[in-house]
Amino acid sequence: MWREMERLRREMNQVFGETAAPSELPVLRGYPAMNIWVNENGAVVTTELPGVLAEDLDISVVDDTLTISGSRKPEEGAEGITYHRRERGCGTFTRSFQLPFKVDPQKVEATTNNGILNITLPRAEEDKPKKIAVRVG
Amino acid sequence: MTEETKELQLEQAEKQELVEGEAERTRSRLAFIPRVDIYEMNDAIVILADMPGVDPASVDITLERNVLSINGYVAPSYPEGYSLAWAEYRIGDFQRNFTLSQEIDQDNIEATVKNGVLRLHLPKATPTTRKIGIKDA
Repeated sequence: MWREMERLRREMNQVFGETAAPSELPVLRGYPAMNIWVNENGAVVTTELPGVLAEDLDISVVDDTLTISGSRKPEEGAEGITYHRRERGCGTFTRSFQLPFKVDPQKVEATTNNGILNITLPRAEEDKPKKIAVRVG
Repeated sequence: MTEETKELQLEQAEKQELVEGEAERTRSRLAFIPRVDIYEMNDAIVILADMPGVDPASVDITLERNVLSINGYVAPSYPEGYSLAWAEYRIGDFQRNFTLSQEIDQDNIEATVKNGVLRLHLPKATPTTRKIGIKDA
């Protein structure tokens, strides 16, 4: 039911030409928030992870499931500081996502740039649709 | 340490949209309120702001009278040849203003952006107390 509504909403968005910045987002299921882009050859997953260092990130791919886990470490507090505001959380996170196809784990690439993690997940060759030539008998 | 094992909460993945005040923005892009940590030391105030996707060159900080304005502009980049299949976050600029209660040494403000986190070091101005003599009438 939810999936159906989601599909409908997405179709509506496509009708109104709204793809890059949807005004209504699906309900968040965990940290971090993910955007997933797909085409016939693979997927690109982007997430916003400000303040998370590359060495504190752990990305794994098993078949069609992507798992991102990591931690955001608190800043080393100096002696005698007083906090006025603490809105930035820190701690650990784990999120798994199932992609619509099998991924070639050897070709997965991940980069971080200004706090954005970008993971390119190429579709496994054996999973790609095969074109079948029709012979004239 | 409880801090270390804490899990990052879902709300940390949410971005709070900036509600227009009296002045409207000239850019049509979305704007978000960055999450901040503010702490005070003996000689300075430090502000940390989460601004994923903001390049160090595209941060604009102004201090006028006692109002500190932080603006981070995001140049959105979308993966070429892919279409958005699932979106949980939107991309936009970051904007937030603070009224400082303390005198700041404006010439020595330091700002750095690393991994999508802005760090502002605002040194306190050395107080110049002046005794005012009262003359007899």
